[in-house]
Amino acid sequence: MPLPRTRGTALRQRLAELRGPDVPAKALDARALAALAANPGCARRAILDGAGVNKADLASALGSPSVFGQSQFALTRGNAFEAKVKADGGAELLRLVHEKLDRAAEPPAEARVPDLTASGPQGRTARTELELREATERSGAWTLLDHPMLALDVAGSPAFLEPDAVVVHPDGSWTVVEIKSFPLLDGSADPAKVGAAARQAAVYVLALEEVAARLESSPRVRHRILLVCPRDFSNLPAASAVDIRKQRAVTARQLARLTRIEDIAEELPEGTCFSPELPGEELTAAVESVPAAYAPECLSTCELAFHCRTRSREAGAVTSLGRPVRAELGGLSTVEDVLAAARGETGDPSDPAVAALRRAAALRAEALEAACR
Amino acid sequence: MSLISTLARLEAVSTGRAQPAATVRHRHLSGRPLVFVPLITAGEAGAPLGALVGTDPDAPRLLAVPQPRDRDLRFAFLAELADVVLPYVDAHAEVVEAAERTETDPETGKRVKVEVDLCADAPQLIVPSRAGIDLVRLLGRSTRFRRTAEQDPEAPYPAPPRVPLLGRWLTHFGERARVPGSSLLLAMTDVLGRHWATGQSTLEDQHLGALLAWIDPPEGASGAEAALRAELERDERGQLTCPPAGPATDPAFDNKLLAPAIERYDRARTALASAEDGLQADDRFGVLTAAEREIRDLVLSRTRPTWDAVWRGLDLLRELPEGAHVEERWTRDRWSFTGHRDRVLAGEPPQPRRDDAVTAANKLATREREQARLEAQEALDDPLVMAGRRLSGEAFAGEVTDVVMAYSEGKRPSPRPLVTIRTDDRPHLGERTKVYRSLGGKPQSAEFVADEEDGAYVVLRVLDKMGRGKEPEPGSVPEKGDRVCFTLFEHEQRGGAKLPDPEETPWTHGGPPGEATLETADPVTEEDLL
Repeated sequence: MPLPRTRGTALRQRLAELRGPDVPAKALDARALAALAANPGCARRAILDGAGVNKADLASALGSPSVFGQSQFALTRGNAFEAKVKADGGAELLRLVHEKLDRAAEPPAEARVPDLTASGPQGRTARTELELREATERSGAWTLLDHPMLALDVAGSPAFLEPDAVVVHPDGSWTVVEIKSFPLLDGSADPAKVGAAARQAAVYVLALEEVAARLESSPRVRHRILLVCPRDFSNLPAASAVDIRKQRAVTARQLARLTRIEDIAEELPEGTCFSPELPGEELTAAVESVPAAYAPECLSTCELAFHCRTRSREAGAVTSLGRPVRAELGGLSTVEDVLAAARGETGDPSDPAVAALRRAAALRAEALEAACR
Repeated sequence: MSLISTLARLEAVSTGRAQPAATVRHRHLSGRPLVFVPLITAGEAGAPLGALVGTDPDAPRLLAVPQPRDRDLRFAFLAELADVVLPYVDAHAEVVEAAERTETDPETGKRVKVEVDLCADAPQLIVPSRAGIDLVRLLGRSTRFRRTAEQDPEAPYPAPPRVPLLGRWLTHFGERARVPGSSLLLAMTDVLGRHWATGQSTLEDQHLGALLAWIDPPEGASGAEAALRAELERDERGQLTCPPAGPATDPAFDNKLLAPAIERYDRARTALASAEDGLQADDRFGVLTAAEREIRDLVLSRTRPTWDAVWRGLDLLRELPEGAHVEERWTRDRWSFTGHRDRVLAGEPPQPRRDDAVTAANKLATREREQARLEAQEALDDPLVMAGRRLSGEAFAGEVTDVVMAYSEGKRPSPRPLVTIRTDDRPHLGERTKVYRSLGGKPQSAEFVADEEDGAYVVLRVLDKMGRGKEPEPGSVPEKGDRVCFTLFEHEQRGGAKLPDPEETPWTHGGPPGEATLETADPVTEEDLL
């Protein structure tokens, strides 16, 4: 349900203030959303992403620049492969969709590839929705939407997403297509990369489902997406249907769990701003005013991770060694607390976590002593 | 992660230095390992950019591909790699010793001992990180089906002569690396991480430079500071001073240094091709050579720090005494190496793209068995590992407080002494649970009888390894005052039921594979990656 207009405007204004004057908003993409959903407890990431703050710039301004970057070789190759897959009005791509997902349907002899250009993300979203509606109503034909734009409400603010392609089947159902440049070698690909692609596709499916719910015919969004990769060592496309029901369920749940950005924004002190133009101290204070939930996994997904890691280490948090570490230490959350409890200086011996810790420390000391002898 | 290793990590955080996670070395290290530090081009399926390779820490061989998209240059790289790897492998294949193996006699069906050759030593390949192991496997896959001009004169892009053989060996190394406890192909970060606990997460331990910084920080710096520097410090050109161990390169390196250098190389090559006379060609050839040298220097600058780090890691590991069972596991690696050598010599085709059902099941069974073996042997070799098993209730140690002689019932009574042990450990013992201790390298079994005083005393009945007489052989029964350590897990692994031959594969598993079909080479297209 759309928010009452005044409230929506107020939030947008508040978020613009957080971003700082004259700083353009950075759009959330599916990759960022998938990463955000992987750490739903992180208020810092939620508000920064929600407000469209450029976290890479912010991290540099904080003195812990992010290490993300894309090699131009990878970029060139990715684009070249995508162009090859979509060549000839998407003939090859549609053939793969037909072969892998919808054999019962009429083979795609000719397909519509509507023009989706419009001004601004809102315009492109509206245009995409229009074309989706039209393609669904014209049953019996294949339609390929090349780089459509979808909107998804994330914790109270809209995120604009751009899937590689969406295909409308003759029966009116929709399929998300992900084109990736890692190889499908002898029919299998790197599971970590496939997992990332599936999580990303799940976000698109969720966004498409919102669109579908608004249409009268309420078309079906297929939960098997098409992953297109280069085959073996060639650049010929090979495709595989990937079931993303699980990723969809997880992402939907995590997105619902995301603390509402409004609530976080309300907690912030008046005048908080994340503009990279601000002096370092002020900026650090602003960032520190929102709690983070750092874990080592953040290093590969969040631009701000090095900053948060430094803070987490300074605070002696055991989570900086990994989330599982925290699980076995009971209520002890800092390095010094744990070590003091292990040495027998603090802690309640009847607490099972403390007792186990002391036992572990004694066994370790005994073993090391035995080895020295 | 067990609580003991968590504790070691926390101690590392507070002391600023890595703490021991093992008291002995659990992996075999060859006296002359072949170190391989590869780099690949981003976005391509493992298209090599270059590598340092060799057995001498002071004289690595530099291989570089000035234009990674060029098939001929890639083949030249692989041929050069084959020139280093294959002589190294062959040197180990030649020296053999006699060994015995039990085989089923094809005529009588009986198990008989046959004398066979076993290579006296096996080659050992060391890469910086786990991604390096994946690349070895990928290179193996991409080259083992290639056809040389000799094999197939019609092949559109024939591979240099020894490249398919290189692919078969790399595949073997890559497959063997999946067997727990094997040492034919090791990733330095894995081995170091096995022996030391750092004050950072296991994810961050994947960075070789940071890992070494924790284990052996430079004078006057803490491990944490040195690791941070290794991870992030950049020079005035924006390049990491400790480049990633690869095979992927840093995007900043790709975009700022490598891409312009490759572009200059391409331009020089085009210019040379369009030279109009000899003099002009000479000049332009000079430019091309300079452009190529520039790329070689770039590759060297990114791989040399990693190369040195790998050798430093080897030095650190060599300081640890070798675990007692390491030699035995290395012998298994030697068997695996000898077996593959024999298959190559017998002219068998390269390893198939996909295993048949029986081979796949055998591989899985081997990995499971070796995992159990590795866990048992590491615990027996290393008190620190045993401490972890004791903490989790899978073993217990203590002092013998009482020994009562008892005998089995039956015609010929055998000794079944009852041994009482005082222990602080809390093992998960049930009625008649079997426990084992190491007696002169052989497992002696006992069974749990009772516990007293809430588990502080454990009474066991010793079952075997006491000789044939009525009285146990001296030294075969623990005595009062002895320190003993019993485990609830078995020390030696029994192989599972034998699987049928591939020809007998049941229909439930796809049936017999049928006639062996020769795997064809990958079809080549204009824009292949490897």
